[in-house]
Amino acid sequence: MSEATTEQRRGWMGVLARAGAKGILPRLEGAPPLPPHSRLRGPEIGLTMLRGRAGGDGAPFNLGEMTVTRCAVRLEDGRVGHAYLAGRDMRGAELAAVLDAALQDPERRPGLMRAVVDPLAAEQAAAREASARKAAATRVRFLTMANMR
Amino acid sequence: MSARDRLRPPVAATAGTLLPGFADPVLDAQSAFRAVLEAMARPGRVQRLPRPPAPPAPILPAAGAVLLALVDSATPVLTDAGAEAEAWLRFHAGCPLADGPAEADFLLATGTPPPLAALRAGTDEDPQLSATLILQVQALEEGSGWRLTGPGIEREHRLRVAGAPPGFIAERTANAALFPRGVDVILCAGDRVAALPRTTRIEEG
Repeated sequence: MSEATTEQRRGWMGVLARAGAKGILPRLEGAPPLPPHSRLRGPEIGLTMLRGRAGGDGAPFNLGEMTVTRCAVRLEDGRVGHAYLAGRDMRGAELAAVLDAALQDPERRPGLMRAVVDPLAAEQAAAREASARKAAATRVRFLTMANMR
Repeated sequence: MSARDRLRPPVAATAGTLLPGFADPVLDAQSAFRAVLEAMARPGRVQRLPRPPAPPAPILPAAGAVLLALVDSATPVLTDAGAEAEAWLRFHAGCPLADGPAEADFLLATGTPPPLAALRAGTDEDPQLSATLILQVQALEEGSGWRLTGPGIEREHRLRVAGAPPGFIAERTANAALFPRGVDVILCAGDRVAALPRTTRIEEG
């Protein structure tokens, strides 16, 4: 196994950020133990500006601020992990940052992917699909007279 | 550096070599700010920083604390301390790195500093737009050495600076002639700081 690509890392960071402490902790029981780490920054809670695009020309505007929690940790081998989570989940941010650092290690990655990230990703995909199906069941088709002939 | 670059989260560029900043970011930055304030108000009096961070070499703990307390995303920093130190500063302070001495609001000199005349001195209308030079020296000691006079000093303060760059006093004298413009200097040694605001006159003694 080689170094992770940016695409892979983005994938697991997103899964861990969406899962939070509530999702990650139960998965850690069956996982290989996490390496010891030191905190570089945080976990700390702050605000970030959400930007949207509107109008015909897609000009950006500030939609509002949201609460985020971020954390950066360093493992003993010097690998640095980062996490940004929506909301006020300090424990989750630290866990996600440690996991991000550990997942960059090619030797630890397969075990952690199998025990933590892959099941969480499957859970999130299933939840997304379920809500999409619920929404699809309520879809209304508006037919015009021309189509009803 | 464009606004877009400043917003970029410091993730990939800093891999592997980061060290922690302040142990308690809020309280430690406040006490470092207080120490700098005292040092500026009493030029030549040496202040000890209570809980400095452990920055990457060659940044001294005092210089690291001063930078983390004063620098933010609106203040370009120029340093000769190397890539690891720059990454540490970028990560913990979120500051942009200046391209040259004329663009920097704060300069950290671990070796020979750029000439004071090359730094931003502000304008007569806005003298606060000047640069601040953070100069690392070997030792700072009160009671002997340079004779300091000026605002904040009742009669005179004596400050011995080991390892000041050659010609520093002459450069400072030229800098003082620019008043109200001019560069402020913060001297750092170990976990101690002393300041030489632009109003302080120095005589070798």
